Amino acid sequence: MTMQLCDTPAHELSILLRKKKISAKEIVESCLERVAAVDGRPGSLDPGENSSQDNQSVHAMITLTAEKALAQAKGLDDKVARGEPLGSLAGVPFTVKDIFCVKDTLTTAASRMLANFRAPYTATTVERMLAQDGLMIGKVNLDEYTFGSSNESTAFQPAPRNPWDTNRVPGGSSGGSAASVAAGEAAISLGTDTAGSIRQPAAFCGVVGIKPTYGRVSRYGLIAFASSLDCPGPLARNVTDAAMLLKAIAGPDRQDATAVTKAVPDYVGVLDQGVKGLRIGLSEDYFKIVYMDAETGEMLQKPVPDEVRAAVYHAAEILKAQGAEIIEDVPMPNTRYAIPAFFVISRVEAASNLHRFDGAKYGYRTAQPKRDLREMYQATRNEAFGLQPKLRILMGMYVSAAQYSEQYYSRALKVRTLIRRDFENVFDPGSSYHLDALLTPTTPTTAFEMGAVYGDSVLMQYADQFTVTANHAGIPGMTFPAGLGADGLPLGVQLLGPDFSEPILLRMGRVFEEGTQAEAWRLQKPQVLRGLA
Amino acid sequence: MSEYELVIGLETHIQLNTVTKIFCACKADSWEMEPNTNICPVCAGLPGVLPVLNEEVLRKGVLLAYAMHSEIRNVSFFDRKNYFYPDLPKGYQITQYDMSLGNGGYMDLFIPEDAGATRRVSITKLHLEEDAGKTKNAGSERLIDFNRCGVPLIEMVTGPDLRSAAEAAQYLTRLRQLLRWLGVSEADMEKGHLRCDANVSIRPVGSTQLFTKTEIKNVNSIENVRSAIELEYERQVREVEAGNRIQAWTLDWDDEKNELKKMRSKETEADYRYFREPDLLPVRLSDEWIQAVLADFPELPLHRKQRFLTDYHLTEYDADLLTTDRQLSEYFESAVKVYGGDPKKIANYLMNDVLRMLNESGKSAADTRLTPQYLADIVKMADAGKINASTAKNLLVKVEASGQAPNEIVAAEGLGQVRDDAAIRAVVEKVIAGNPKEVEAYRAGKESLIGWFTGQVMREMRGKADPKLAQEILKEILGS
Repeated sequence: MTMQLCDTPAHELSILLRKKKISAKEIVESCLERVAAVDGRPGSLDPGENSSQDNQSVHAMITLTAEKALAQAKGLDDKVARGEPLGSLAGVPFTVKDIFCVKDTLTTAASRMLANFRAPYTATTVERMLAQDGLMIGKVNLDEYTFGSSNESTAFQPAPRNPWDTNRVPGGSSGGSAASVAAGEAAISLGTDTAGSIRQPAAFCGVVGIKPTYGRVSRYGLIAFASSLDCPGPLARNVTDAAMLLKAIAGPDRQDATAVTKAVPDYVGVLDQGVKGLRIGLSEDYFKIVYMDAETGEMLQKPVPDEVRAAVYHAAEILKAQGAEIIEDVPMPNTRYAIPAFFVISRVEAASNLHRFDGAKYGYRTAQPKRDLREMYQATRNEAFGLQPKLRILMGMYVSAAQYSEQYYSRALKVRTLIRRDFENVFDPGSSYHLDALLTPTTPTTAFEMGAVYGDSVLMQYADQFTVTANHAGIPGMTFPAGLGADGLPLGVQLLGPDFSEPILLRMGRVFEEGTQAEAWRLQKPQVLRGLA
Repeated sequence: MSEYELVIGLETHIQLNTVTKIFCACKADSWEMEPNTNICPVCAGLPGVLPVLNEEVLRKGVLLAYAMHSEIRNVSFFDRKNYFYPDLPKGYQITQYDMSLGNGGYMDLFIPEDAGATRRVSITKLHLEEDAGKTKNAGSERLIDFNRCGVPLIEMVTGPDLRSAAEAAQYLTRLRQLLRWLGVSEADMEKGHLRCDANVSIRPVGSTQLFTKTEIKNVNSIENVRSAIELEYERQVREVEAGNRIQAWTLDWDDEKNELKKMRSKETEADYRYFREPDLLPVRLSDEWIQAVLADFPELPLHRKQRFLTDYHLTEYDADLLTTDRQLSEYFESAVKVYGGDPKKIANYLMNDVLRMLNESGKSAADTRLTPQYLADIVKMADAGKINASTAKNLLVKVEASGQAPNEIVAAEGLGQVRDDAAIRAVVEKVIAGNPKEVEAYRAGKESLIGWFTGQVMREMRGKADPKLAQEILKEILGS
């Protein structure tokens, strides 16, 4: 199979377009063809039963914006013809997680609540991607309101499937983003990460994903899950493309008070600076999952599978060979409390963030005639929210109630501080470890089967155990593909670094990418692409 | 009824007069605008939007906190107050809860019944927050106007320290004066710039216990706050005397009927599930920043009044009146300085004439065309006898109308006082010749007619004659 435009890396597309070897129209058409070939029907509220064809399709899309993309391509091609300066994402096809507002485009949050909502404004991140001449192919599926780690909770069914094995989940909540990029429907995608929602699906789908430092990328226009944890970030098929996208979206925003004013480094320019002398830690606390027995409340632990550990050690070897120093047995003792603390903090914020969806102003409103306002609210929210929002509201309301808040919410915030301290203790240049990054598995397992974990939101959450710590601490994390498991599914490895260390993490990722170019697993293609001509 | 004492605490919401709203770029003032025409995605709470704090709100907050002797926190926080209501588009209000901008504070009031004594009214809450929209019922429909969403407010709550309706009214009068003095709010109660709820309870005189209170809402003038509290006092006394217990009601003031209506009984405190607003950073105010805001903090009305009493020897009444308004007091002082003579004279002109002029035109002392310099010029001309008193008063109006300097007007219109003996003598002779009957009567002993003759002369001379001189000449000629 020859390399098609839709499978071509973003940075190469951009060069080819500038050299007038290809047109933006050709790029968009290639992506639309790919969508037609592998994506199957887009998600909808009334999907009926899945056909066997459905079960073999990716279903990344909620809203394909083909016409807009073609119109945009036309505009870009005219620009090229006139010799005008082009943006950094010129000719790069992208998808957007359907949690970002895009003006005059449906913005559903994968919920019945917003199925008819057309945003009157565009999120800062998307605005920047468009301003850099990126080409928006469509808005992709996610867990309802981003609440999940498998993408199965979307109200828009059929839910996305993993392009490597359509019986497996793509992960979540940015499942549509990861699946669309892995399947070549677009070169890059904009996702969000609240506990691992970029990194976990990226790992499951064999792509690169970055959760930037909190505040590095504006949240304006991102429909909030847990405002203190949410981070928009890139998904891409390689490190360079991820760096390109991060460069385009990062930076201060006067619409977001939590967006930092620090200058944005040239993430692409630093990629080839190598890892010589960089100190990379490995921690046993990231090679086991610790969870609570639902019956007894006892804390149990389980080591990650050998192949997961092996993938991390393999990455360490590659980096070491290029001059990095590997430090083992780095203590990260509070990692085990990250999930329970996340449970509490995220749900308090989520319950509050979901208050505005009441049927009064936009989105869904119950069709039943109601005697009073309160009944209208109740019916609307009962009919339009799926299981996951409801669970989050219930728990969020409970743990923030005046009589419980101290016991749960305040304690969770203290735990959060301790998790942050774990990182400071090993990243601080004055500390004995003075690490530049921590290397860990991204997820405890490869992608699980559709339906296997869904409904058990506690167990589901433990898929995020290694990723959620970065959200608590506000630090950046990056996942990159590091091999295939025995089941033939991608294994992801994660780097965690101090605040604003994205350039260092990208350099490490790039070194690993180059060092493993010749490895056999690199030649493997996702299942849905194998049969394509 | 006199054995019961009133215990009152006031909860005020103060609308700050910033140009833009607290978290977005919409105009803060949408008075008389069509519903929902002064909104944007941020204040309308659309999905995905974020608040960005207007720094001007902090400045105004710091000025008020300082004036209320409140501790200004170097680090304060915004919190979410969660509840459902259609005019609250996000389903939560961004406010400050336990770590607000101001901590504590007080205002001293003079007790009207007891000259010299003061009452210290404690401030238990002083925080910044966003306003909600307005809901209106129209038949079976409920209409929502979001224009007011995001207007910056300061909520300020007193302790249960006020002891009479008059004290409550005085507190509000002083507060309104202070807000305008500081320039932080227009403080117009009719327009909702200053809103007040009153918590009212009674107790036997001598008791220090606090009894069940009722909350009076929606009162839109200071006079009505006074009336509402008086009515509620009488009602509570009647209830207690009849052996009933006071229920913790919320009462609504009916502006048309001048009466209180029960809105609802308050069973339990609502749980607003407050938590820190994650979309805003902690408010960090350095001492330097606070000092810079307070650098031109004005002398406050009570201090200024005291100083006017001692420096200018004004009467209590005059000093009070001249310090009701900051611009007026500043006008007075500048005029006194330029004038250099007896401050009392400036005060008289201000209170008798200038204030009336300002009231009629609706202008403030700061934007009148009759500058302090011009006023002083006019008083000086009158002192020197260049113009007489009535010309002086007319001049005030003319200067205000034209913006011209008074001496120019005097020169151009020939308003200078005539002290020329011959000129006056000629007019006197004319008046005497034209009024033989009155001359006869005067000469027959009706000397009180001298005033009438003087008036005639003044009229002939269009008020420019020196009246004393005119009378002397009249007496001389009539007496001969």
